Amino acid sequence: MNRFDFIQPITIEDAIAAWRPGAAWLGGGTNLVDLMKTGALQPELVIDITHLPGLGTIETLPDGSTRIGALANNSDLAHDPGISRRFPMLAEAILSGASGQLRNAATVGGNLMQRTRCAYFQDPNAACNRRVPGLGCDAREGENANLAILGWSASCIATNPSDFCVSLAALDAVVEVQGPAGRREIAFTDFHHLPGDTPERENALKPGELILALRLPAEAAQFATNSRYLKLRDRTSFAFAIASAAAALRLESGRIAEARLALGAVAAKPWRVTEAETLLTGHIPDPALFERAADAALAGAAPSGGNAWKIDLARRTAARALVMAAAGTPARMPALPASPFGELTGEPTHA
Amino acid sequence: MPDILSRPFRFGSNSGQPITRRDGIAKVTGTAIFAADNMPDRLLHAVIVPAGIARGRVTHLDAEAAEAHPGVTHVITPQNRPPLQGDPSAKTMMFSFRIEVLQDDAVRYAGQPIAMVLGETLEAATEGAHLLSPRYDVEPARVRLDDSPSFAFDPAGFGLPADVEHGDVDAGHRAARWVVDATYETAAQYHNAMETHAIVAEWDGDRLTLDMPSQALAISCAAYAFYFGIPAGNVTLRSPYLGGGFGSKAFATGPQVLAILAARMTGRPVKLMLTRQQMFGPVGHRGATRQRLRLGADDRAALTVIDHEGLAETSSFDDFVEPAAGASQGLYAARALRSTHRAVRLDIGTPGPMRAPGEASGSAALECAMDEMAEQIGIDPLEFRLRNYAETEPGTGRPYSSKALRECYMQAAERFGWAGRPLKPGQMRDDNGLLVGWGMGTALFPCPMFAAEARATLRPDGTALVETSAADMGQGAWTALAQIAADSLGLPLEKLEFRSGHSGLPDAGVAGGSGHTATAGGALHAAGSDVIRQLGEIAAADPASPLYGSGNAGFVARDGRLYVADDDSRSEAFAEIIGRAGGAAITGNGTASRPPEDAERHAMSSHGAVFAEVKVDPDLYQMRVTRMVGAFAAGRIINPRLAESQLMGGMIWGISFALHEEARHDPRTGRIVNADFAGYHVPVNADVRGLEVITVHEDDPYVNALGIKGVGEIGITGAVGAIANAIWHATGKRIRRFPIRIEDLSTA
Ligand SMILES: Cc1cc2nc3c(=O)[nH]c(=O)nc-3n(C[C@H](O)[C@H](O)[C@H](O)COP(=O)(O)OP(=O)(O)OC[C@H]3O[C@@H](n4cnc5c(N)ncnc54)[C@H](O)[C@@H]3O)c2cc1C
Ligand code: SF4
Repeated sequence: MNRFDFIQPITIEDAIAAWRPGAAWLGGGTNLVDLMKTGALQPELVIDITHLPGLGTIETLPDGSTRIGALANNSDLAHDPGISRRFPMLAEAILSGASGQLRNAATVGGNLMQRTRCAYFQDPNAACNRRVPGLGCDAREGENANLAILGWSASCIATNPSDFCVSLAALDAVVEVQGPAGRREIAFTDFHHLPGDTPERENALKPGELILALRLPAEAAQFATNSRYLKLRDRTSFAFAIASAAAALRLESGRIAEARLALGAVAAKPWRVTEAETLLTGHIPDPALFERAADAALAGAAPSGGNAWKIDLARRTAARALVMAAAGTPARMPALPASPFGELTGEPTHA
Repeated sequence: MPDILSRPFRFGSNSGQPITRRDGIAKVTGTAIFAADNMPDRLLHAVIVPAGIARGRVTHLDAEAAEAHPGVTHVITPQNRPPLQGDPSAKTMMFSFRIEVLQDDAVRYAGQPIAMVLGETLEAATEGAHLLSPRYDVEPARVRLDDSPSFAFDPAGFGLPADVEHGDVDAGHRAARWVVDATYETAAQYHNAMETHAIVAEWDGDRLTLDMPSQALAISCAAYAFYFGIPAGNVTLRSPYLGGGFGSKAFATGPQVLAILAARMTGRPVKLMLTRQQMFGPVGHRGATRQRLRLGADDRAALTVIDHEGLAETSSFDDFVEPAAGASQGLYAARALRSTHRAVRLDIGTPGPMRAPGEASGSAALECAMDEMAEQIGIDPLEFRLRNYAETEPGTGRPYSSKALRECYMQAAERFGWAGRPLKPGQMRDDNGLLVGWGMGTALFPCPMFAAEARATLRPDGTALVETSAADMGQGAWTALAQIAADSLGLPLEKLEFRSGHSGLPDAGVAGGSGHTATAGGALHAAGSDVIRQLGEIAAADPASPLYGSGNAGFVARDGRLYVADDDSRSEAFAEIIGRAGGAAITGNGTASRPPEDAERHAMSSHGAVFAEVKVDPDLYQMRVTRMVGAFAAGRIINPRLAESQLMGGMIWGISFALHEEARHDPRTGRIVNADFAGYHVPVNADVRGLEVITVHEDDPYVNALGIKGVGEIGITGAVGAIANAIWHATGKRIRRFPIRIEDLSTA
């Protein structure tokens, strides 16, 4: 572990003033500290933001939108009654990720900012353009079975591993940030970047900017009765997605008045697919329609290595998520959230 | 020579009871001291530097940068490593491996120690290790089974499985009306006990004290003594608890030898604990295999031949070959049997024995092939196995010492509800539309016995001390062995002090091969019996004793009293007998091992049957084992709770083997890319559903004095095949590569 300075500011202003190039914000530490241990990240200054005031609250604002502080932990958020009632898909996505212990520690801001799980990113001995621009990308010829099929570039084929972010992209969340130049807002779908030639620029944050909160517009709650997150994975729980999808429908007199669809684990950002949403709008839900929407969602998908198989699975995952959304949000959170096995009755509640 | 090794003896007031682990409270409250918990004064922390390439040479290490880091005290490299007295490449005893201890600058596998850094704190040593920033001359890595030519070897010695042939194999092939010729692959798995390999080493002159987890205390002492040129008696090894071993803690490993060397070099105690990532390389693993199985069966579904060829990876510098093909011996009554092995040298750490070495991988392939044959013939897989039930050991014709496999099949099938299973695949769905499949496999594991010694001392107050250097890896040796000892002395457990896990005690042999309870337990039983015999002699000769003169009738010890065997009305408390005899404690010694002629006369194995249900999503192909029932016949069960937990643990490893566990190498650098628990998957709770274990009663008068066969490893065998076969039954897809993944099903 490298030597680094560690500070615990108690006001947002102090925190932002303390930032300098080479600094890292520390939330729950479940991602940052792991990467510091492998040596992949070596910040010179670690700024612990967990003592900043007012960033842990979840509140409904006068305009009906919901504001989630960046320090709210993943468990509290998923178990917040208002969240699970109005945005059940968010709760389902969070609960399908990591483990109970990790979710207790992980913060909302950290979840948004978590780094790719590409093995070469985590390994300081490997060449990785995302970690050190210009070094090359060891994943291209390496172990890449679970890497991107959409939006990748020759310089990086990594995926964004977050489950939570997929549902946020579908629900048109907004990220509130504050930096040396003041406060601003970023639309969630603009938050994460595709790699292009600059995979190191992972998101829209400018140097020194801190995530303060997320906001979900009031309209996002209109999907509450028909929204699901579905996650395909190599074991029943505690595994990153192979492919995932957040699907939300607003039904009016039996027709889809509005649809949302975003895919996870397929690209460097949550893959919102408005083409598929348009295709769904105005139609009566039916499996064939969902298949067409899923086809549209994967249009342009291409293997980045030994992962051609993922394309069809992602398509099937999207179609199934739409079927599940059309069937309706379950009255209670499935014991195995986001799992194809989740509807089974009599499951224990550990997920 | 009598056919029976032991006279029937009274046994049971402690044994057979499902007593909870006696060390359980210490462990869950954190008061159990594991090796790395030891913090002697003046401790130095050691950190190894693992090679970042798989083949080549280290050309540069920035030792200056590391040494300049505050808190770093020493950097040990091949240039300045003090000499060892014993050659690290020597094979001095049966279980020796060549170890990597900075003998040169060559890199033979990723993760090999290429330097060691010592520091006043773990953090300093860790940072020093980073600062070494190694540079290499890199040669292309060979990490896949096809990356090097295969070779046959002289099948002799530990880790080199013998080729075995019984009957006329060619004739068996010719006589076959039905033929299965299939090739299966199993992935490399790395031992990942919760407790990584740790050691605290301290020298006092030429005496060495080691706190380290060990599955084989005496062997380890001898090995370390050899490397450091001291008598084995100068090594004290304390290993009261192990946080798991799975075979990887039975041998001297390079990192641990380096830590001992560092302690000698610095004159200070040195602690080393491997990180999770460092477990993937220098401490052994289950080598990947490719196995070809050719089965023939005749018109009546009788096997004409089982022809099993195993190909396994080994390292470039040592020999351990996963003895997978051996799993086809001794199970089904085929007219001809052949098991052959070849190996491939790769740039990997040397594989080693990992829970059910050979049996697990071999059984996975064999049980799948059996299922494929049953499918071809068009009969039920259980029926097919019953038709080929071996009444005597196939090939040799030796009788089994005991074999309740038929009962295992019946009880497990009944409990599982196997009857009515459709023969064809893809026929069953659950209410949610998931595909349901049922599969089964036979479990088989030998029941070896090693050599052990134990001592029992009956104290004047009627309590006893029993001592043997056994290893509790979590399997429950502290408990089960104490139960045996208590029974041998006729004492309740509370009156027994049980000392173990220390090399100064009588040698309890290896906790491995599923033979520890039988072996160490046998020695304890003999030691206790020796005490009781002496006590009986004293009492029988003592006119003041109610037992006076009854020597010929023999004695039974029960509840702290000695009884005349055929007369319950005559008895006396231990303390009274000893008190009148002058009050001196009585010490008895015991040994256990299996006489070679007994081993020759009978085939000895534990058996079992495992049935599995899987559900598979028809579109997404995610799989889940929803139900498993295993019935096992493993001789006398000393502690049903612990035995069931071992068997369950084995079956869970079966799930892991079938669906999860795999170390994946980067094809160019040879590094393992998933060397942590986020990437190296083992089942989590949600993957383990409805697991049931049945232990089938079995009396075995031949296997050893106590009739114990062992339960530590058998649970993996049978289970892997049962799951793969259930996946076929659900989907109609035969995946012949483990672990079975979603993409295998989706592209099949
Ligand atoms: C074994 C394992 C399994 C996991 N499985 C899953 C899974 O299945 N699905 C899933 O979605 N996730 C999974 N995760 C990831 C987990 O969700 C993240 O580690 C967690 O959300 C990160 O939150 P944190 O608060 O701990 O972040 P930290 O580790 O503290 O920080 C992560 C990054 O975010 C930055 N950061 C933190 N807060 C802010 C802020 N307010 N503003 C700006 N930057 C900030 C940090 O500087 C750092 O770069 C897993 C993690 C582990 C270790
Ligand atoms: S895919 Fe991206 S993150 Fe992975 S090695 Fe290549 S550049 Fe780095």
